[in-house]
Amino acid sequence: MMGIKSSVGKVIVTLGVCSLALSVPAAETIKVGVLHSLSGTMAISETTLKDTVLMMVEEQNKKGGILGKKLEAVVVDPASNWPLFAEKTRELITQKKVDVIFGCWTSVSRKSVLPVIEELNGLMFYPVQYEGEESSKNVFYTGAAPNQQAIPAVDYLMNDMDVKRWVLAGTDYVYPRTTNKILEAYLLAKGVSKNDIMINYTPFGHSDWQSIVSDIKKFGDTGKKTAVVSTINGDANVPFYKELGNQGVSAEDIPVVAFSVGEEELSGIDTKPLVGHLAAWNYFQSVDNSQNDQFIKAWKGFIKDDKRVTNDPMEATYIGFNMWVKAVEKAGSTDVDKVEQALIGIETPNLTGGMAKMHENHHLSKPVLIGEIQDDGQFEIVWETDGLVVGDAWSNFLPGSKDLIANWTSPIKCGNYNTKTKKCSGQNY
Amino acid sequence: MMLRFYKLFLLTGLLCLGNLSAADEVLDAGVVVPKIVPSEEPVSEKTKAHQVIGQLAGVKLKQVWPILKEIEKMLGAEGLPLFQAIIESRLYYQRVDKKIVIIRKQNNGMYRLFDPVSLEEIGEKKKSSLKKVRSNNRIRKNLRVTISRLRLLSPDVEVRKVSIHNMLGNLDHDTIRLLEKISLDEQHQSVLELIDLALALYYFQNSDQQIVRLSALELMSSSLEPLVRNLINDVLKTDSAGRYIEQDSRVVRKALSIKKAIDAKVRFYEILEKIFFGLSLGSVLLLAAIGLAITFGVMGVINMTHGEMIMLGAYTTYVIQLVLPNYIEYSVLIAIPAAFLVSGLVGIIIQRSVIRFLHGRPLETLLATFGISLILQQTVRSIFSPLNRQVESPQWLSGSMEFNAVFSITYNRLYILIFALIVFFVLQLILKKTSLGLHVRAVSQNRDMAKSMGIRTEWVDALTFGLGSGIAGIAGVALSQLTNVGPNLGQAYIIDSFMVVVFGGVGNLWGTLVGGFTLGLSNKFLEPLTGAVLANILVLVFIILFIQKRPRGLFPQKGRAAE
Repeated sequence: MMGIKSSVGKVIVTLGVCSLALSVPAAETIKVGVLHSLSGTMAISETTLKDTVLMMVEEQNKKGGILGKKLEAVVVDPASNWPLFAEKTRELITQKKVDVIFGCWTSVSRKSVLPVIEELNGLMFYPVQYEGEESSKNVFYTGAAPNQQAIPAVDYLMNDMDVKRWVLAGTDYVYPRTTNKILEAYLLAKGVSKNDIMINYTPFGHSDWQSIVSDIKKFGDTGKKTAVVSTINGDANVPFYKELGNQGVSAEDIPVVAFSVGEEELSGIDTKPLVGHLAAWNYFQSVDNSQNDQFIKAWKGFIKDDKRVTNDPMEATYIGFNMWVKAVEKAGSTDVDKVEQALIGIETPNLTGGMAKMHENHHLSKPVLIGEIQDDGQFEIVWETDGLVVGDAWSNFLPGSKDLIANWTSPIKCGNYNTKTKKCSGQNY
Repeated sequence: MMLRFYKLFLLTGLLCLGNLSAADEVLDAGVVVPKIVPSEEPVSEKTKAHQVIGQLAGVKLKQVWPILKEIEKMLGAEGLPLFQAIIESRLYYQRVDKKIVIIRKQNNGMYRLFDPVSLEEIGEKKKSSLKKVRSNNRIRKNLRVTISRLRLLSPDVEVRKVSIHNMLGNLDHDTIRLLEKISLDEQHQSVLELIDLALALYYFQNSDQQIVRLSALELMSSSLEPLVRNLINDVLKTDSAGRYIEQDSRVVRKALSIKKAIDAKVRFYEILEKIFFGLSLGSVLLLAAIGLAITFGVMGVINMTHGEMIMLGAYTTYVIQLVLPNYIEYSVLIAIPAAFLVSGLVGIIIQRSVIRFLHGRPLETLLATFGISLILQQTVRSIFSPLNRQVESPQWLSGSMEFNAVFSITYNRLYILIFALIVFFVLQLILKKTSLGLHVRAVSQNRDMAKSMGIRTEWVDALTFGLGSGIAGIAGVALSQLTNVGPNLGQAYIIDSFMVVVFGGVGNLWGTLVGGFTLGLSNKFLEPLTGAVLANILVLVFIILFIQKRPRGLFPQKGRAAE
């Protein structure tokens, strides 16, 4: 026995030394990085995703980990500070030696992380709906692209609610700016006149909404049905909806469809002024099926709080994590290049009763749901797509990206390949 | 008088159009209901209604509205509680037998159940045994019109006015006849004016007699309702050649003159609204900055913990609402002295333990207070949570006061404006009339002289700092009603507070007042033109330039010691 043990021990040591020499981290655990703001203006949204990853790591460890190794979560707090996101990414990959990162929420944080993660060849799963116009070799986008959230929501407003005038209100950074560009192009293409579109941007954490809400009221008073398409992010939403309520703008007069307001954002506030307003996501906690029920039960048990809620980015994290596990098992290693290739084509159940599939542009196929806010902070689903929508990284409505596709399989292997000129133009941040 | 004359004209027009039909189906209650089935079979009528109501259980959204219309036809005003319950999300059905009920939530998580028509209490059940009857925005909007129609004869004046107002956009033949019938008995002037408006709107659009349309326009001319303005705009629509689509030139001329008058009034009210927004923003800045004006102005201490004093005041409000969950209406009033004490005490502690040792060294004071602000932020994060806390607004602070269709003032901002002015004047009183104020002013003007006069400058320092911090705490209570309460609340207001104090003149309270209001007004007048982000930037640039020209601010301190 002793002899075998010591020779096994020697083999392990040798392997360990060789691995170090080959600079492949031969850790005894597989480290999973968590890069979400736990303080600052985005903490209201991101903290729950950190807890979701911790829950999935714990559950995977109960199943025995991956490839015989246990998982270890490494949590850092970039504190809603966008440059700090880049620093923390570097720290996670170079110092903490994580094999995958689950992180980011705002697009500006993701854009800060991109150069670092591409330089160090890391792997990140990005679980939040975003503006598209990007496809990186090192990032997998498990949240909605504009054609899986924004465009269907606008279609619903136009067709089912007869909306004729549009207010596009957003926080001032890349996601709302790009999404509104796409939406404006889409609306104009559908025949809406420029006079019927009002666009407005506010800084993060903006709290004085008096004049803007008053302008929205005036814009909506012309007799044509008006709706607000809101890409307002973070806690600025709270005083916004409060002011709408105070100035007497009800959801029946001017409905607000939000893309960044989910169950989590609603759980900390008084939802009375919001009842009847809408949100567009690919998942709601109120979706009725057994997979979702199981997930919710597991979540409430893990977080030891019956009042906690689930939301779309949590489902995206769930899908992303399960896909990563499957890909690592398929590739037989956590090496980023191998896992990244193995991920394409992987399918895993989502929580709305279907299957999510990872496509070659690093985006998923997802259903689109529109929900109405109820007074208990949950959503009543009022509309959904018939099937799954494949995420399109490059919007067909913007002239610069109409001809672009992303395809990370051979022979193209490019994030922004121009189908007309047949050229790959590389990533611009 | 003129209005009544025109109204008679309209009624005459009505007669000429021969619209009065004899078969009046309106009951005494003034509600349109189909002919009553003779009382031989009252039971089946009731059960039929209940059957229809029962169809609401579990049906698809698209079918809800037709069922509701059926219910209105069958029950009329008796269906009001059911319709109201849908709007308030209180109409449910029992999973087990699909019986429709109206619920009332209890504190213990149980629901009391009531029959939707007779309103008698049926029992008490758990939430899980019930499912909500589905509705959406469109259904609720239509229901409001239905409810308004059924409520036109409520004994409450306000209810009648709101009902008529809700129907202005949905005037049809039956509604107009109903309104005309009601107007014959209506006593209240303001209700009559609304009915006149409704009639005018309807007849303008549905008559082709010039005199009827002109008198309708005249009736509408004093109204600022968006419906009226949209109507006038529609009348003045031109085709691609620039000619008016409306054929009658007298109507066009009248519409033009009305439009001019309305536009002028609307512009006036818009400026009034902007002034109010600017004043309310200014009052928030004033409240936040006035404490700093005292500590910075009187003691020359660059106090970076000022933002955290505001934050502590906001959290005090949160704690009071936690401790007294049944007294939300009074929570804000209780919080004011509580926040003053909490922030004041913390301020005094900071002053006695750190700042008095750094007297005369502004850079060290700045660094030390910055460090203390970080400690305070992290303490709050550790005790409460890094996430924002929910502070509820009492009923009397929500909603708005409507002066007319284009101008309304939100209550919370109005009360905060008044409150800020009260705080300002109380502070002035303290400084001018009390001995503490006298000592404070003496110490700020000439410390050594004050010492030699026997004033205990150490205690004056501590109390001044406490006063300034306490006022910041009160500002926090006000801010808790307007914005998110989180550990970073102070950071959002510290820069603005320094801006106001420096702009207004260090040490001068009037400077802070004028500075705060000026900045608020400029920001709000710029915002519609440039957007919120650029407006902030421009105001900042303006202050920087202003300080270049007048480094001491708007109202600098006078006196040799101030040099």
